[in-house]
Amino acid sequence: MMAEILENTKSIVVQQTFPHSPEKIWRALTDTDLIAQWLMKNDFKPIAGHRFNFRAQPMYGWNGVTDCEVLIVEPYKRLSYSWNASGEQAEGGLRSVVTWTLTPTPDGTAVRMEHSGFRPEDEDGYQAMSGGWPRIVSRLGGMAGELI
Amino acid sequence: MEQIVADVFRTLADPTRRALFERLSREGELSVGALTEKASISQPAVSQHLAVLKQARLVGERRAGRKVHYRAEPEGLKPLVDWLGFYAQFWTDRFDKLQQLLSEME
Repeated sequence: MMAEILENTKSIVVQQTFPHSPEKIWRALTDTDLIAQWLMKNDFKPIAGHRFNFRAQPMYGWNGVTDCEVLIVEPYKRLSYSWNASGEQAEGGLRSVVTWTLTPTPDGTAVRMEHSGFRPEDEDGYQAMSGGWPRIVSRLGGMAGELI
Repeated sequence: MEQIVADVFRTLADPTRRALFERLSREGELSVGALTEKASISQPAVSQHLAVLKQARLVGERRAGRKVHYRAEPEGLKPLVDWLGFYAQFWTDRFDKLQQLLSEME
């Protein structure tokens, strides 16, 4: 299983078929405690319009907090949330969408994750970051202690 | 990808190297001598740090006669903020964890 980067739409797609029911996979994608076990700490609720955060350890010039809003909840079929940079990194930072699609197959469930909305400057982020890249470097200094 | 990110990160985790890199990025091309003047370390130590920065592709050099001029290479920071590359790796790892969790769930 490999992540595929779609160059024309600037999105990442990962697909895998799991030998489990859509109901079970849906639980793993929508239960806050289960999400924390495989993705990140969160205050997710499967309710369209709910705003929440994912929280990870800061690294690589990233503050570790993702601002999200639930966009689509179609139980056992489709789940979508926005995935945006937060805090002082929000301005000019990443604005993207993650969409999960579950499709039953004879062997289980095909799970497709598409992370879309990357702009060309997200590949070339040092130009897009307000204040320019020296600021990224000073931020790195603060985080070095946590990583190394 | 992962290795490059780790190299860049390790290189800039050192405060002296970070200070040298920041100065080059602010002031443009500088010689080892000019860099040493304002640093609180010896010229050989500055040269050593520059070699590490060069290795990580964060600093480039231009020879003019016997003098070498150093400059910052902002391209070297790109792996740190290339979100597409970062998330491609991120989601691959998370799918592995999801698979593991599903196999443990009732």
